[in-house]
Amino acid sequence: MAKIKGGYLGLAILFAVMAAMPFALAEYRLTTMLMMLIWIIVAVSYRLLATTGEFSLGHVAVMAIGAYASGIMGRQMGMPFWISAPIGGLIAAGFAAATARPLFRMKGFYFLLGSFALGEAVRLCFRGFKFPFGGEGGYWYIPTPSIGSFTFDSTFSYFYLTLGVAAACLFVLYRIDQSRIGKAMVAIHSQDSVCESLGINILGYKTLAYIVASFFAGIAGALLAHYMTTASPPQFAIGNMLLVLVWVVVGGVNTFWGPIAGVFTLYSIQEQLRGVFVEYMPMFYGIILIVMVFALPGGLESLPARITEWRRARREKLAKVV
Amino acid sequence: MELALQQALNGALLSVFYALMAVGFTLIFGVMGIVNLAHGELYMIGAYVVWLTYAQGILPFPVAILAGAGIVAGIGMGMERALFRPMRGKVLMGAMLSVGMIFILQVFVATTWHVGLMKNIPPAIKGSVTILGAIAPWQRLMVIPAAVALIGGLWFFLRRTKQGRSLRAVAQDPEAAALQGISIDRVGLIAMAIAAALAGAAGGLMGPIMRVDPYMGHSALIMALFVTIVGGLGSIEGAVIASLIYGFMIAFITAYFPQSIASPGTMAFIIGALLMFIVLAVRPRGILRRG
Repeated sequence: MAKIKGGYLGLAILFAVMAAMPFALAEYRLTTMLMMLIWIIVAVSYRLLATTGEFSLGHVAVMAIGAYASGIMGRQMGMPFWISAPIGGLIAAGFAAATARPLFRMKGFYFLLGSFALGEAVRLCFRGFKFPFGGEGGYWYIPTPSIGSFTFDSTFSYFYLTLGVAAACLFVLYRIDQSRIGKAMVAIHSQDSVCESLGINILGYKTLAYIVASFFAGIAGALLAHYMTTASPPQFAIGNMLLVLVWVVVGGVNTFWGPIAGVFTLYSIQEQLRGVFVEYMPMFYGIILIVMVFALPGGLESLPARITEWRRARREKLAKVV
Repeated sequence: MELALQQALNGALLSVFYALMAVGFTLIFGVMGIVNLAHGELYMIGAYVVWLTYAQGILPFPVAILAGAGIVAGIGMGMERALFRPMRGKVLMGAMLSVGMIFILQVFVATTWHVGLMKNIPPAIKGSVTILGAIAPWQRLMVIPAAVALIGGLWFFLRRTKQGRSLRAVAQDPEAAALQGISIDRVGLIAMAIAAALAGAAGGLMGPIMRVDPYMGHSALIMALFVTIVGGLGSIEGAVIASLIYGFMIAFITAYFPQSIASPGTMAFIIGALLMFIVLAVRPRGILRRG
C-alpha cells in the first residue's frame, strides 16, 4: 500500500517540478521541455507494450495516425482539439485493434520486423497520398487549440496544455501498471508458458496492451500536430522511432519510471551538448546505446540496485581484509 | 513494349542488387543468430570508398570496388569481434547494438565528408546498348553479371569448400558443429566478413547509379529486410528468389502505377512492406519453409 502511494507522490512531484519550469527557463528551452513531455507520453505508452515482451518498431507510425486524424478533423470539420485529439487516439487504437491479430502471430524478433513493415507502410501512405494527407510536404494549417476566446498559441500556454494532458495520460498509465492487468502483462513477458497454463489469456493481454499503448501514442501525436500546426512524414520517420527505442532501452522497461528516466536523461544531455556539436548527436546516442546494452542491461532504473549491491560487495570485501 | 522491356532490365538490375544485400544479411542471421540492422551502412561505406578512390582518379573502377569490399569486410569483422560475438543468439540485443552502429557510422561519414556536397561517381564504362528499343547503359548492365558472379562465388564457397561447409554446419546446429571441432568464433568472423564484403561490393557497384549520401543505406536496408523476410530469415536460396520477386515487382509498379493517385515510388514501397507483412503473418518462416 505504502509503495503505491509513493508512486503517486513521485508523479505529483514530477509534474510540480515541470509546472515550475516556464518560470525557470528561457523560451527556446521551454519548447524542448514541451517536446520532452510529448515524448515521455510516447515512451511510457511504448513501455506498456514492451512489458509483454514485444518490442515494436511501429509505435511512432501509430502516433502519426493520431496526429493526422486529429489534424484533419480539426481543419476540415472545425472540430475542437478537445474532441479531435481523443478521437485521434481512438482511431489509433482502432488501427491497433485491426492489426493486432496478424501482428501477434509473430513473436520477439519477428514482431519487431513485422511492426516495422506495418509502420513503414502506414507512414508511406501519409507520404504517398496527396489527398487527403498532403503528401510529402505534410498536412498544414492544423488549428491551435482554444477554450472560448483563449487560444493556446504561445509556447507558454501550450506547455501547460501539454503538461495537463501528459499528467492525465501518465496517471492512467500508472493505474494500469499497478493494476492486476499490468501485473499480468509483466508476467507474460517473463514466463509465458507458465501464464498460459494458469489460464492467463496471453493474446488477449498483448492485444489490450497494444491497443491502450496506441491510444496514448495517438494522443501524443495529436499534441505534437496541434503544436506544430503541421503533421508531416519526417516527424514520424524511423529515425525518431529508433530514438524512442533508445530512450526506453536506456531507461529500462521493468518499472514505470524507466522510460521517463531515459527520456529525461538523454534529452537533458542532448540539450547541454546542442551548442557544441549538433552533428555528432546521433553518434552520441549510438555509443550510449551500445555501452548501456553491455554495461547496464537493466537500464538506468537498475542503477540504484546496482549501486547498493556494489557497496555491499565492497563492504564485505573490506570486512574480509580486516 | 519498349517500356516493358526497359522495366524488365531495371527489374533485373534491382533484383541482383537486392540479392547482394539480402544474401549477406541472411547469412549473418543464419550463422550467428544476429540481425545486423547496420547492413545498409556497410553498403553506404562501400559506395563512399569508390567515390573516394575511383571518382578522385586514384584507383581504377574494379580495384576501387575490391578496395571498398575489403575495407567494409574489415569493419564488419571489427563489429563481429566487439559487438556481435558476446551477443550471439540474442537477436533483440544484437539488433539494438546494430542500431547503435547505424548512428555511429552515419555520423562518422556525414561529418568526415559532409552531407550537402554532391558526390557524383562518373560511369566507368561509357555508352549504352540498345536491345529491341530499350536503352541499357553499360554501367547498369554490367552490374548484373558482376553480382551474379559474386553470388555464384558464394554459392560455390558454401557448397564446395571445407570452410563453406563448416559455415553451413554452424548454421544448422552450432552445438553439433562445435563438437565436430569447428570453431564457432572463426566461422562467425568469416560469415560476417563475407556478408560485409558483399554489402560493400553492392555499394561500389551501385554507387555510380545511385545518389551517394550518408543516409543511402536506409532504403537499401529496408529492401534487404523485405527480401530477407519474404525469402525466410537464414535461407540464401529464399533470399535470391525473393529478390527476383521484389526487383521486378518494384520496377513494374514504379513504371505503371498512375501518378495521379500517389507517387509510384512510394507506392512500390508500400506494397513491398505490405507483402512482407502478409508473409510474416501467414508464413513467418518465409516462402520456402513450412511452419
